[in-house]
Amino acid sequence: MHFGPHLLLAALEGLVTSAVLALTALGLSLVFGVMRVVNVAHGEFFMLGAVLAWAISTAISGHPALGFLAALVIAPLIVGAIALVAERLVLRRLNYNPEATIVATIGMLYIIQQLALSFYGPEARPVEPPFSYRILLPWFGYSGYKLSIIAASALLLIATWLVLTRTRIGLVMRATQYDSETAQAFGIAVGRVYGGVFALGAMLAAIAAVLIVPISQAHYLMGQDPLLLSFIVVIIGGLGSLRGTVVAAVLIGLSDGIISMFFSPTLAKIIATLLVAMVLVFRPQGLFGTASR
Amino acid sequence: MSEASPAKAYSLHLGVIALLFMLSFVLPDYYHGLLARIMVLAVFAMGYNMLFGYVGLLSLGHAMFFGAGLYGAGLTIIQLGWNVPLAFLGGIACGAVLALAIGLLALRTTGVAFMIVTMMFAQVFYLLILYFSTWTGGDQGQVVPQPARVLTFGATSFDLTNPTVRYMSALALFSIVLLITLAVVRSRYGRVLVAIRENEERTKMLGYDTFSNKLIAVVVSGTICAASGAAYALLFGYVGSSFASVQYSILPLLWVLLGGAATTLGPLIGTVFMYYVIDVTSGYTSAYLLIVGVALILLVLFFPKGILGSIRQRWLGWLP
Repeated sequence: MHFGPHLLLAALEGLVTSAVLALTALGLSLVFGVMRVVNVAHGEFFMLGAVLAWAISTAISGHPALGFLAALVIAPLIVGAIALVAERLVLRRLNYNPEATIVATIGMLYIIQQLALSFYGPEARPVEPPFSYRILLPWFGYSGYKLSIIAASALLLIATWLVLTRTRIGLVMRATQYDSETAQAFGIAVGRVYGGVFALGAMLAAIAAVLIVPISQAHYLMGQDPLLLSFIVVIIGGLGSLRGTVVAAVLIGLSDGIISMFFSPTLAKIIATLLVAMVLVFRPQGLFGTASR
Repeated sequence: MSEASPAKAYSLHLGVIALLFMLSFVLPDYYHGLLARIMVLAVFAMGYNMLFGYVGLLSLGHAMFFGAGLYGAGLTIIQLGWNVPLAFLGGIACGAVLALAIGLLALRTTGVAFMIVTMMFAQVFYLLILYFSTWTGGDQGQVVPQPARVLTFGATSFDLTNPTVRYMSALALFSIVLLITLAVVRSRYGRVLVAIRENEERTKMLGYDTFSNKLIAVVVSGTICAASGAAYALLFGYVGSSFASVQYSILPLLWVLLGGAATTLGPLIGTVFMYYVIDVTSGYTSAYLLIVGVALILLVLFFPKGILGSIRQRWLGWLP
């Protein structure tokens, strides 16, 4: 293959990564922005989504699209419920103290990972894509399903943006993010908002995982990379900035895809991680964020 | 902490060292080896505690300092053929230099950003080990050959693979670091660190340069952790990337939280306790990560001061 088509392929692969990453990072960003909680277990909610997608789609017989659609609906709901329980039992009791919640979410990470290993096992298992249409380009054929991931992610991002900016729920969330004490004084049940935001963040990660699982298999350790990459995206994009998150996800996804294809995936990760650490050191509010309060 | 009883504190610590020395003669083989390992890892926890307990800086990247010591000592032996003392010093130097560089960068941030920055630097370190697998052995790791792990002084030589020599070397390192820690936290400098933890703004107002004090603490902490890593490579003869993974940044946090942050003996108690719990439960289940996770959550919910921290709060106010 020539350089041009090769680059196109790398860019397409990168865009698929970006699409999934934007959703996952959005969940992390919402939780971080509204609750000031760094959810280290975010990657495990992603992994749970993928594992549940495998369980649901194998339980349902018939056309693969049926199982996949069921997984797309049910898996995020289960993950959201688990997150809600964890938030009620642990994070709320810690009063959302930033350092204590980090330690507690590390604990959740280990618990979820171990439970997945015990009940699901160490194997990587595939989920059949809902359709297997190939789009023929002049140089190579490309999976239609991968393109539909990008479309689905874009739709979900637009929906989230509409909810955040155009609805009462979004208003309540933004008010809580801006000043939780004043919000409480105005009669907003801050505790319930926090619970809801934490569950929503986990559900976004789970949806992203269900979308990606037909092309990358479900595995109990698969949460680590998305967690790190989401951190990177959230930091580069700036806290709570939806636009920043999307731009950063595209940037990271594309560069990851291109560097991975032309050099090595490890090198891509090293460069991205180092770059982001430097952004954090020298520009803590992120590239697109406003100065934190 | 009261000023009145330096003798009491020092005799307690010397007593603990003496007890560990005696245990060497009565313990059965299995626990003998386990305790040697625990003492080396307790040094790691003590280094972590220096920063987390006394300065209140929660780092999620200390595996990189342990790894720097581990690879600094291991690779200089395997690739360059250095002898044991030189490799040990090499490992420590790697940790100290790395800690200085990381400290200069990471200390520009505070709070949550500090944790994430340290975690990311550690991740870069871990990925570099995988990337340069031709020299480091990647995730397979490398074994430090037995003949290279012999310490020679003139005519006498000590084989570090011999259980007794290994135990005594671990004990020696542990004792030195314990006494250094005790001296540091009781010194004026130690008080400044605690003052920074309690109220950094006020400490700055009193005329202390908090940045350079914190930087020194990062370097001391990193150097101690590197010493632990270097000792691990020399005593147990294995150098592997898993020791530089995120998990090894979280374990010392767990040990310190369990034993009691900002207590000199807490890291030892936490490490012993956690190893014992894992040892007992692994007889029933292999789900040891589950125990680590549950322990972390329960600790942070109900027992934030840890074992020794709670004892100090209730009964023994003089514990350093």
